Amino acid sequence: MSAPDSAAATPGTAAAGSPPRQGTRRNTELVLLVVAWGIGVLAYAQISWATSDGLPESFGLSVGVVGVVALVMHLVVRRAAPYADPILLPTALLLNVLGLAMIYRLDIAASQRAAANGAPEPTPDVYAQLTWFLVGALLFVAVILAVRDHRRLQRFTYTAMLLGLVLLLLPLVPVIGTTVNGAQLWIRVAGFSFQPAELAKIVLTVFFAGYLVRARDSLALVRSKVAGIEFPRGRDLGPLIVAWLVSLGVLVFQRDLGTSIIFFGLFVSLLYIATQRRSWLILGAVLFSAGAAFAYLAFGHVRLRVQVWLDPFAQQADAGYQIVQSLFGLSGGGILGSGLGQGYPQLVPFANTDFIVAAFGEELGITGLFAILVLYAILVERGLRTAIACRDAFGTLLAAGLSIVLALQVFVVVGGVTRLIPLTGLTTPFLSYGGSALVANWMMVALLIRISHSARRPEPVATPADDELTTVMRIPS
Amino acid sequence: MIRSVRRLSLLLGVLLVALLVNLTVVQVLQATDLRARSGNQRVLLEEYDRERGPILVGNEPVARSVETTDNLRYLRRYPAGPIYAPATGFYSIVYGATGLERTENAVLSGSSDLFFVDRLEQLFAGRQPQGGAVTLTLDAAAQQAAWQGLQGKRGAVAAIDPTTGAILALVSTPSFDPNALSSHDPAAIRAAYDALQADPAQPMLNRPLVALNPPGSTFKLVVAAAALQSGRFTPDSVLPGPATYPLPGSTRSLNNWTGSACGPNNQVTLREALAVSCNTAFAWLGNQLGDDAIRAQAQAFGFDESMEVPLRAAASRFPADPDAAQTAMSAIGQFDVRATALQMAMVASGAANNGVTMKPYLVKEVRGPDLAVLSTAKPEQFATSMTAQNAASLVSMMVSVVDSGTGSNARIPGVSVGGKTGTAQTGNDNPAVAWFVALAPSTNAKVAVAVVVEDAGETEVSGNRLAAPIARSVIQAVLRSRG
Repeated sequence: MSAPDSAAATPGTAAAGSPPRQGTRRNTELVLLVVAWGIGVLAYAQISWATSDGLPESFGLSVGVVGVVALVMHLVVRRAAPYADPILLPTALLLNVLGLAMIYRLDIAASQRAAANGAPEPTPDVYAQLTWFLVGALLFVAVILAVRDHRRLQRFTYTAMLLGLVLLLLPLVPVIGTTVNGAQLWIRVAGFSFQPAELAKIVLTVFFAGYLVRARDSLALVRSKVAGIEFPRGRDLGPLIVAWLVSLGVLVFQRDLGTSIIFFGLFVSLLYIATQRRSWLILGAVLFSAGAAFAYLAFGHVRLRVQVWLDPFAQQADAGYQIVQSLFGLSGGGILGSGLGQGYPQLVPFANTDFIVAAFGEELGITGLFAILVLYAILVERGLRTAIACRDAFGTLLAAGLSIVLALQVFVVVGGVTRLIPLTGLTTPFLSYGGSALVANWMMVALLIRISHSARRPEPVATPADDELTTVMRIPS
Repeated sequence: MIRSVRRLSLLLGVLLVALLVNLTVVQVLQATDLRARSGNQRVLLEEYDRERGPILVGNEPVARSVETTDNLRYLRRYPAGPIYAPATGFYSIVYGATGLERTENAVLSGSSDLFFVDRLEQLFAGRQPQGGAVTLTLDAAAQQAAWQGLQGKRGAVAAIDPTTGAILALVSTPSFDPNALSSHDPAAIRAAYDALQADPAQPMLNRPLVALNPPGSTFKLVVAAAALQSGRFTPDSVLPGPATYPLPGSTRSLNNWTGSACGPNNQVTLREALAVSCNTAFAWLGNQLGDDAIRAQAQAFGFDESMEVPLRAAASRFPADPDAAQTAMSAIGQFDVRATALQMAMVASGAANNGVTMKPYLVKEVRGPDLAVLSTAKPEQFATSMTAQNAASLVSMMVSVVDSGTGSNARIPGVSVGGKTGTAQTGNDNPAVAWFVALAPSTNAKVAVAVVVEDAGETEVSGNRLAAPIARSVIQAVLRSRG
């Protein structure tokens, strides 16, 4: 289990100059992309056939657009990041097309319900999501092209911190901030609504990575030993406390339980990776517990969430309705599911955003849901592998951070929807309806691809970028 | 840093496993419980999203599903309204299913294992499973005749094919319209249901299967059978038939309905006693045989046992430990003897089928969604109730009832009909119940029928006047439709 994986390592010793072609694995990526696209097409077709007599008129156009966009993404990677991990892009695309298919399926249910009630035909969401996919692809390309070397991002460590905090606070600004379903996490500008916290995840990951690269040595210092466990010096606790307070702030002022858990979890994990001190994890866990206890005692909405989690059926008609419907949907799906287009996912409120996992669980069964979770596991695993293979500490921390954000988000949302943990109301990466999240997720994948390219690239020859890095790494002691 | 990334990825792996385990618990282990929970609309929607199979009589549906544009896609309809309600029951989103809609649900909903192949096909074709069909043993003409005969009365008819046990008619009046309880409008369903519950005539009572009435003189068929089976009596045995029979161990006595003796010199043959429904002769006979012998005979016809046809039929009963006076009363179908119409039809069918009583059944065939026959009911014996010879004797005695006795209204030109009238007191304040139990033709019988008319007035002949014509028209309908 040495750092760069074998595929990239073998040609590493080849003569410098012309990079060996067989090492890039771009054709693998292309084939996998076609497979992912094909699965999406089949899902789309099955839904159409199950809910009506044939394919919609726009079928060819829709699948064509997705196919061409995916091809463009591939070509950009092929050109600009040829050594990138070939799994990342197809996995993300597969999740995205599955999400599009399910959103289309829920549109059909909404339209059928409207027809039965004599209500006007609702606006389908799938076209909006398709548009956001295009925007996401565009930003994916932009990130791949603009960030030629991920190490340059380290320069923006404190800018990122500032930007991240601004993004987090934006929804609290009176005119542009809007409250949706009790959580104040949206901004509305010129008719577009956007969830800045989604972007903040990336920006803050950049900040955490950059900050920890510089501070890791002092943070790794051990001074005191309590009960056999080594704890950091008191003054080094500062950043952890700040992260803790910020995430509590997000919880208090924006009522966004999920985001605050992810920020805190991300920071503690990166702290652990950077310092290799388990004490940080323990301290993190203690602070998390304290924060959770405080939140439970101080906030009615948190208490309600916990009560509903413990016994959703006690409040089946109101507070527990959503989770109960979700459990009904999941149990209705059973092992093999009802089949796409043949269940009743629309019975779960917010089925196309927070509860899209329940919709998949119903129509694809536990089999399909396992497959989807494995797709996330692959994304995370490839991200962590990139982190391991990375030759610079900043890259390692950034790649690990992005993977952890993704993993925590999936755990928190899927765990919430399936009643493993209390519900927090996050979107499911790539699957859920919602532009900000989709765009942010594509940018995350772009960053991972960018990092994996430099990690898997054959032994680098000296470049100016490396010199720059050395200067950056010179920490005043 | 690499080591801590590896450790952390292990931790994330644990989170993944937690998700997988939890999903397995919810989607597999708890699935059945969750589906059974109230408030799970999904189960209902699923049920109504499938085309439920029809219930057929002959080739005509008496219950079928029609497509709608409602949330619930299929609506259950009963084209014949209340006539078949005792068999079909209803299929309600509020009160669940009753009758065959309930007992045959696996077939009708398509979830029966019989449809395994169809279901596989549907799985791959991506179609909703479709229900199978159930064909009933009921004879439309007989059902119609019984229904019409009972109009304006409160009563029940059960008719059986004696050779197989197939139930040919099952009618209860007044009845209810299952359409009203099977709509998609919960408020309307509740209103209709409450009105039916409040009706003192009990329209939802399945009388032929569960209404237990004293069988009155029709029970003399059972006593006569016991007498023949004892070997001590033949149809020509002479019995005492005085105007009054003093009840043993009691100061009271039992009278003939006419108030006079049944024959010259207070003597009467068994055949004659049955024909004129001689109470004193049968009371005496009852005491001669003893309650154990009568009970054994009654049980050989199906008394004291509840049956599933597959609808549940109440157990008819003969008192467990009567004294001599009570035995005498029981022998003429009074005291604590109670019987359903189905039970009395079984008595007649046992006699008609050479002494072998068949198990009654209501479902003739199960068909797949494509109407291909998947299974056919196999007639089963319930018991050998009499010897063939004694059965022939009893039948000939029943023919005498119609030809020269109290059952004159059941006569059909050109057909030898056997029968027995009955009138029973159900209590001091309650009106009497009129019975007629019949079979035809007397050799190779095609039908055995029992008719009960509750609230029937007060004369002994009322069995003949009220119930016999209905039995006759049911017999005629069966003979016409089954050659």
